[in-house]
Amino acid sequence: MTIEAATSSHLRHDASSGAAIHPVWVRVTHWINALAMLMMIGSGWQIYNASPLFDFQFPHQIALGNWLAGALLWHFAAMWLLMVNGIVYFALGIATGRFRRKLFPIRPREVVSDLFAALRGKLSHEDLSVYNAVQKLLYLGILLTGIVIVLSGISIWKPVQFHDLTSFFGGYNTARYVHFAAMTAIVAFLMVHVALAVLVPKSLRAMIVGR
Amino acid sequence: MPRQRNPIPGVDPKLLIKDAARLLPKPSRRFFLRGAASLGALTALSGCDIIDGDTSENALRAISTFNDRVQAFLFNPNTLAPEYPESMITRPFPFNAYYSEDEAPDIDAGQWQLEIGGLVDNKKPWTLPELNKLPEVSQITRHVCVEGWSAIGSWQGVRLADFLKMIGADTRAKYVWFQCAEGYSTTIDMPTALHPQTQLTLKFDHQVLPRAYGFPIKIRIPTKLGFKNPKYVTAMWVQNNDAGGYWENQGYNWFSGL
Repeated sequence: MTIEAATSSHLRHDASSGAAIHPVWVRVTHWINALAMLMMIGSGWQIYNASPLFDFQFPHQIALGNWLAGALLWHFAAMWLLMVNGIVYFALGIATGRFRRKLFPIRPREVVSDLFAALRGKLSHEDLSVYNAVQKLLYLGILLTGIVIVLSGISIWKPVQFHDLTSFFGGYNTARYVHFAAMTAIVAFLMVHVALAVLVPKSLRAMIVGR
Repeated sequence: MPRQRNPIPGVDPKLLIKDAARLLPKPSRRFFLRGAASLGALTALSGCDIIDGDTSENALRAISTFNDRVQAFLFNPNTLAPEYPESMITRPFPFNAYYSEDEAPDIDAGQWQLEIGGLVDNKKPWTLPELNKLPEVSQITRHVCVEGWSAIGSWQGVRLADFLKMIGADTRAKYVWFQCAEGYSTTIDMPTALHPQTQLTLKFDHQVLPRAYGFPIKIRIPTKLGFKNPKYVTAMWVQNNDAGGYWENQGYNWFSGL
């Protein structure tokens, strides 16, 4: 790991630039999103249990809402938090140029070399303000997954009013599977995301205090 | 496959939750929503009865009422539910209720009448032969259950908008309330009642409506979730007050539009 060695240059970088790694709007929307996502996923599991798509159910203890009606109340309340926060985040991410600066370009060769470096534990976390190619790809992927989970959710919620959208996701039944797959992708991302935040604690600190 | 995920028959789930909540320390219930703002409290959110305390339940129901208004706004009276070819009809079409199929109302057609009430000029009750003489419309649409599963069915009957006009219903009234033989009930908004696909259903797949699907009549509303499609209907009231419904009163969203 290069964390120890990186600390001094990291501090120099901060002192010279003076800018936060994550501006306030990124931190605020990040944590609101974290709360909304946990509520959506927890209540979504309870809703899933009412009519499972696969041969398993989520344990009642980790699902939100106690029974179907309760879970639906949570799901359709938290959706506003998720959607409004998401719209603010995407609007600012595009308007400030942050998405373009941080996530692009993504070069396949760099993704491969950074992935091998990451697996060998040799990836640098020297400068948290610059994402490596694997991070770029994963963050872009999770943003797109966020869009898919919201749109597939709307197509399940309103398959008559928005029947074109529902058709785009392959019809009502297929849209349920798309919605579930997007949830699975988000949960998988979350596990890696949280594990890495714990492994590189200063990245967690940066998302809380900004640097 | 449809699944019953219903509360224990005869037991009010709200009372059950209240009983469970009583076992918990009071402050943790009362300040649930404030506590939810901290990340640490999040771990306590999942699967815990604390979240079903009165404060959070009231807040969630208030948002659900807001969602009713949003859905009424999104509802386009001219948008039709997609129709499907006969080959896509789900066979057998599932029976679904909060009771088993052999407990479903077994109605004697000779004794049955559809009672009409509220803001209607002609409150004469209707018999089944009288209803069967009215012009028939047909649809093959998707029934979507609140549980998530769906099934495609074929329904024939009288367009409810035509029926309401024929009996002189005040279509400026806000609601239509349906009561059913087994004590079930539901209330729908007038724009949905007047939607061209909302149907007073007398047949399933061109056969007399079977007992499992609501004999002698059901109200088929392809723009609403299944539980807003009452079966075994015995009375229809046009009115300006929301009379709620069996599932709506237990916490399911009132509008439940598709």
